[in-house]
Amino acid sequence: MRRTFPAVLLTVTLALTAGCGDSGGDADKANAATGPITVWLSNNKEELAWGKAMVEAWNAQHADQKITAQEIPAGETSEEVIGAAITAGNAPCLIFNTAPAAVPQFQKQGGLVALDSFDGAAQYIADRTGDTASQYKSPDGKFYQLPWKSNPVMIFYNKQIFAKAGLDAEKPALSTYDELLAAARKIKSSRAAAAAIYPAPTSEFFQSWFDFYPLFAAATDGKQLVQDGKAQFNSPEGRQVAELWKTLYDEGLAPKEQYNGDAFGDGRSAMAIVGPWAIAVYGSKVKWGAVPVPTPTGRPAGQVKTFSDAKNVAMYSACQNRATAWAVLKFATSKEQDGELLNKTGQMPLRKDLAAAYPDYFSKNPAYQQFADQAGRTVEVPNVPSSVAIWQAFRDAYSESVIFGKKPVPDAFAAAAAKVDQLAAES
Amino acid sequence: MSTAHAGAAATTGPGARTGGTSPTVGGPLRASRSRVAAALGRHPVGMVLAAPYAVYVAVVFAYPFGFAVWMSFHDYFFAAPGAVVERPFVGLANYRAMLADEGVRRAFGNILVFLVINVPLTVALALLLAAALNGVVHARAFLRVAFYVPYVTASVAVVGVWLFLFSSNGMVNTMLGPLAPEPSWLVNEALAMPVIALFVVWKQLGFFILLYLAALQNVPKELYESAAVDGASRWHQFWSVTVPAVRPATALVVILATITGANLFTEPYLLTGGGGPSGASASPVLVMYQRGIQQGQPDVAAAIGVLLVIGVLLISAVNRRLIERD
Repeated sequence: MRRTFPAVLLTVTLALTAGCGDSGGDADKANAATGPITVWLSNNKEELAWGKAMVEAWNAQHADQKITAQEIPAGETSEEVIGAAITAGNAPCLIFNTAPAAVPQFQKQGGLVALDSFDGAAQYIADRTGDTASQYKSPDGKFYQLPWKSNPVMIFYNKQIFAKAGLDAEKPALSTYDELLAAARKIKSSRAAAAAIYPAPTSEFFQSWFDFYPLFAAATDGKQLVQDGKAQFNSPEGRQVAELWKTLYDEGLAPKEQYNGDAFGDGRSAMAIVGPWAIAVYGSKVKWGAVPVPTPTGRPAGQVKTFSDAKNVAMYSACQNRATAWAVLKFATSKEQDGELLNKTGQMPLRKDLAAAYPDYFSKNPAYQQFADQAGRTVEVPNVPSSVAIWQAFRDAYSESVIFGKKPVPDAFAAAAAKVDQLAAES
Repeated sequence: MSTAHAGAAATTGPGARTGGTSPTVGGPLRASRSRVAAALGRHPVGMVLAAPYAVYVAVVFAYPFGFAVWMSFHDYFFAAPGAVVERPFVGLANYRAMLADEGVRRAFGNILVFLVINVPLTVALALLLAAALNGVVHARAFLRVAFYVPYVTASVAVVGVWLFLFSSNGMVNTMLGPLAPEPSWLVNEALAMPVIALFVVWKQLGFFILLYLAALQNVPKELYESAAVDGASRWHQFWSVTVPAVRPATALVVILATITGANLFTEPYLLTGGGGPSGASASPVLVMYQRGIQQGQPDVAAAIGVLLVIGVLLISAVNRRLIERD
């Protein structure tokens, strides 16, 4: 009895767990249903302000389909919280902070609703975002995310530090790798700042989006890390970007140790690779300028591509009133609401001809103009299954060879490319 | 012993009398009672009192562990309720995938390094400090609290202090001056794991000192007096009386330090930026987190967990045999 009871308990609970919750749901009924919905918003202060105003505007006109909005619950990353919510079946209808890199995993979990199931959805997305929208299609050809906003990353530089180092603070020469290295060496040798540039040298899978990937996108004129199921980074351009960063680390121009805080904001670093969100954050604290990321040949600024750092909106399968959710999605990404988002956050709605759509805003806020131009030339993370595992494999190889110099870059990249190809093929 | 006999008599007595007067009704009733009695054992009240913890262990430990074992043999991923997914049996495929992964193998190697440094140091320091504290007359409470505070303080908070101490421009390197290691402690492949091991020793020490202090209360004073009469020095008294007398506590400390050490996560995650430099301080649990939660491969993560449990059981069993043998 004493021996068999736990075994029986275990067997029964395992059987219940394995069997529960895998029955099909009535998706068509949910797609047509209207009623109250819940949405999650990023905990970014400016985005929250926009989200609350958007919800108020909707609720004022839809008493029977009210939105309840809340911040994404606290967690190590939003993606982990969302993944857990999908598994638990308590994800909200919409999340206005869905990372494109996480979409393949959420899709595999059965946690997302294909937006194509709503009449005119694909056309709406294409009309709003233009050609860039195709980067957000899943391999099955459907949209499981609505491209919402981007933060095209550029090189921010501290004008005071540049001036102190004897560099041109208004029009610094940073368009080629040689120019970037020369500026970095001058900053270091003049002791104008502790570091020339300080990307996080840590091992998290997403850190490569803010050191290697923007320069890789620029050098290759828009290649993604993985295309057609094959790793692209083990190419002459990819290795050249890696060697540039390796030089920065080897010469101590970029520190190998993580900084606890914001090195650029604290004046410890002369440069940073960030998006337009930083304008509001740094404000008058830092006298900054921004230039496109460098390319090997010094491509003209108007042709340089970069990483988008986009966040999108996705509809989650736990949603019961999906017709309302789709209507809210269109409302929240309307021209009016996109304008409000731009106004309140400085982040770029993923809308074609952005600068032309909001001429008043950009004439009043010229600092944002170059980001609006850059927003039209962005590269997204590849929308492939095992996306996070692929990025982690790349980051491990990058850390090993570029940051800590334990292996030659060609060897590490070749091994990582083989692993990434295998991951892409398995999925 | 006497209670057990009384209990047995109380259980069998009335049944025997009933059986004598009414065999047709009393037989099944007696059989039923004896089955209940057999199930509840000799101490039914004890069973009732132990039941909540047994349920807790079953729900919080046994079930998840059993489920993890099941996951490790299936192609498993977390899915939404209502999603139609297949989770076929895959045999040892997850174990093969895990063992073929250089990062996983390295994490197991790292944790061995950690345990080799952490466990002996924990035992030695905890015992020495407990023996010293046991003899302290003044400020005993203050010293006990001082040792215990790091244990009850959140790792996240004390990691910040250690970052301040051991970063490139931190206090330790400032004091060392030209003797400071290059690369610095937390980005040095050879030093990152030892620093983490030291951190965990320091943080956990208060708890293990308390265990030893409790054990030291049971060491008869007469043993020390006899040793002193025989001319034993303080060191000889410690080595020949204290160390053997607290051997059961040492076995407990070794096993607990091994188990908590094998579950290392927070320190490499925060102190060395996710197991850096370049995986030199990654632990199996950190890799489980990456694979299971971040990368959506809970089946492979479960296989790592099962292997870790087996490893910890083996190490603990060997330690126990070595420490407790006469």
